[in-house]
Amino acid sequence: MNPMQTIPDARSIPLDEIDVSDPRLLEQDAWRPFFARLRAEDPVHFQANSPFGPFWSITRFKDIVAVDSDPDAFSSEPAIIIDDLTEDLPVEMFIAMDPPKHDIQRRAAQPVVAPQNLAAMEGLIRSRVVEILDSLPLGETFDWVERVSINLTTQMLATLFDFPFEERRKLTYWSDIASGTPEMTGGDVSEEERLAAMGECLETFTRIWHERRGREGAFDLISLLQRDPNTADMVDRPMEYLGNLMLLIVGGNDTTRNSMSGGVLALNENPAEYDKLRADPGLIPSMVSEIIRWQTPLAHMRRTATRDVEFGGKQIRKGDKVVMWYISGNRDESAIERADEFVIDRKNPRHHISFGFGIHRCMGNRLAEMQLRILWEEIMQRFHMVEVVGEPQRVRSNFVRGYASLPVRLHPL
Amino acid sequence: MPQITLIEHNGASHTIEAETGKSLMQNAIDNAVPGIDADCGGACACGTCHVFVAADWLGATGEADAMEEAMLGMRPDRTEFSRLSCQIEVSDQLDGMVVQLPEFQM
Repeated sequence: MNPMQTIPDARSIPLDEIDVSDPRLLEQDAWRPFFARLRAEDPVHFQANSPFGPFWSITRFKDIVAVDSDPDAFSSEPAIIIDDLTEDLPVEMFIAMDPPKHDIQRRAAQPVVAPQNLAAMEGLIRSRVVEILDSLPLGETFDWVERVSINLTTQMLATLFDFPFEERRKLTYWSDIASGTPEMTGGDVSEEERLAAMGECLETFTRIWHERRGREGAFDLISLLQRDPNTADMVDRPMEYLGNLMLLIVGGNDTTRNSMSGGVLALNENPAEYDKLRADPGLIPSMVSEIIRWQTPLAHMRRTATRDVEFGGKQIRKGDKVVMWYISGNRDESAIERADEFVIDRKNPRHHISFGFGIHRCMGNRLAEMQLRILWEEIMQRFHMVEVVGEPQRVRSNFVRGYASLPVRLHPL
Repeated sequence: MPQITLIEHNGASHTIEAETGKSLMQNAIDNAVPGIDADCGGACACGTCHVFVAADWLGATGEADAMEEAMLGMRPDRTEFSRLSCQIEVSDQLDGMVVQLPEFQM
């Protein structure tokens, strides 16, 4: 990829020149024809050259499920994005671990997002949603990303960590920085800035850990890690602590945030679906799954072959990078009917690949769904339309499919 | 056709005429039994078709393989009676089986 060049034509470029790691594909919303072509012509595709080295692209739904379900052959170590992590900061997180260590750490964090715990949080989430929506201006243009999506997910994250509420914007900042360097995902954050931010994050949370030690009965993530014997001394392993913090911050932030913005955009691009929603707000739970599919807030996850594997008629070698393009699997017509369309009353809306499958399947999926459901329930109580009045600005990345801004205007009921 | 009873967490009971050769998950979905999501469609890859098999019937459902074990291991509410219903193939031997559904799927 040369940033000075324009994006080539997906239909005429030779297969072996396609670069699906080019972060401009998401930034310019130009990705669809590239993945459509790979799905049709070479669904298990080897890309010999990229800024991240050679890698395989898995683009069909079924093949992605197969790779995701086989952690023995396809390891999550050392990294789950196309790039290997920089050596300056060798963070460890359970999303990038294999069993048995993965299982132990995940089990320690899982209860915070278990549905019983979520049910207890629903009232608090709803009151925060209501407060944010009631503070929005009517009849004037504002940025939905800033005022709603970021604001709400940040408040949620602060709640999950029991993070000092007035300092909660730091969580958003760390999340944005964490995966935003050019080397990692094609973003525009400098390595110096990233290291400084990660240092600050670790320092802050180390202080919180020590202040919080011994607090009984609390259900925030830090307290849960402290209570579980397997993770009770995690603070003494800073790279592991930082890695897991970043996993939970990024996992609970970018993804939901961008689905909150993406849903507004999808309904504006599909006015007939917006009409369906107005006619029957009971479709909200089904629409929430459809938004998560349509948006696919994380475009890929990567594995590394632990041995030579024959897969989809191709010979994958031990050590090869294998990239599962969730964004492509969610557009695969052989698994999902009318996959390119946004349909809020699909027959089987939960059958999407945005959460991944197998042992690394998104731990916070029910929390994400609950946040989006409450948001749309409260939006429909207030506004006839959240109208998109300008072009969204999209994030430059090959990993996060997100929005930097989305100008909207509200029309009250 | 074997009869299988699925009991929701709230106590609501559903006795279905199950089709042999299909999974318990598919039978539950075909009979619109609530409480089973089956997001992955039966690939043993999401863990959202979790059931608790009555003790007397556990043996008849067979053994969970390594993948199913791994998926069940992620469930905070897992017990020794836990199975993924997409991995239980319905046969005449299961006529009369009772399974409980968990409070939530995740």
